Amino acid sequence: MPFKNYFKSLPLVGVLGAVALVAQMAPVVTIAPQATVKAKRGSPATVTLKVNLPAGFHMNSNKPTDPNLIPLTLKWTGGPLQDGAITYPKPQLETYTFTAGKPISIVTGAFDVVTKFKVPAAAETGPAAQTGTLRYQACNDRMCFPPKTIPVNVTVSVE
Amino acid sequence: MNFSPHSIQPSRFFILLAIITGVAVVLGSIGWPTNEPSHKVVKDELVRKKAPDFELKDASGKVVHLSDYKGKVVLLDFWATWCGPCGIEIPWFTEFQRKYKDRGFTVLGVSMDDGGWKDVKPFVAENKINYQVVLGDDKTSDQYGDVEALPTTFVIDRQGRIASVHVGLVDKKEFDDAIQKLL
Repeated sequence: MPFKNYFKSLPLVGVLGAVALVAQMAPVVTIAPQATVKAKRGSPATVTLKVNLPAGFHMNSNKPTDPNLIPLTLKWTGGPLQDGAITYPKPQLETYTFTAGKPISIVTGAFDVVTKFKVPAAAETGPAAQTGTLRYQACNDRMCFPPKTIPVNVTVSVE
Repeated sequence: MNFSPHSIQPSRFFILLAIITGVAVVLGSIGWPTNEPSHKVVKDELVRKKAPDFELKDASGKVVHLSDYKGKVVLLDFWATWCGPCGIEIPWFTEFQRKYKDRGFTVLGVSMDDGGWKDVKPFVAENKINYQVVLGDDKTSDQYGDVEALPTTFVIDRQGRIASVHVGLVDKKEFDDAIQKLL
């Protein structure tokens, strides 16, 4: 075997190390950028947040089975749209090593959080920002990571 | 694949060996944490590093330093009420505290709950935690290598040095073996 081929095997050392490290890093949750939401005064408007949690992790659903667990929560804090009714993703009931046989209510992977708003008849027309926060707490099958709150910012065009 | 050193020039073989050894030494020296059970129950005494001292408060407001426990074997557990895997380990630690406290051992829980004692106190009572619990902070977390994943548990020897580190949920036996080895 030529010597250079030994270097081909070297990345394996790095890869195994990287896997060990990644397994202990908090997952990065993303919200896909959204096209401008067109909202007509006096009509309903829907905002769909497309959230992604990396594979191998889960987060508690909006209604965790244990009161100590921190729920997935979307809060709208500002913007022209009002009275948002939020629909969270349908949870899965899963058991893990740490749940001692009791299933817990979680969400995984890519999912939507949908908010149906009412656009006030007196809303100012033109573009505006609808802002809020998404709070979650993620774990894998062996460890958990501190709760995080990430900003949500959606551009709304009121017509 | 033939990895025999005879198939390459000796100097290159030794360079490769040096690189691999170097990587292993670096990873070992930073206390590379893994989820796999360690082959050694505790680190060799020569490579143990001093556990950083801290000043944190318990539920009564009393200031607690790690150095208050010098001369004891300490199981230092970073945990939180919202951490499911931590909840599995806590009954083990309660058992260890009962079983080994008269032999110079103690558990010290460092709660990383942002909500503070209003969240922690009821949990401590409900789970009948029989060891001292203090509220952690970012400074202490940083001192111990930016503890983010919970549970993260350090087993500290009588000289105040870190003898083993356990990140995530591991087997109860790993802790028990480490404690017994140090007592």
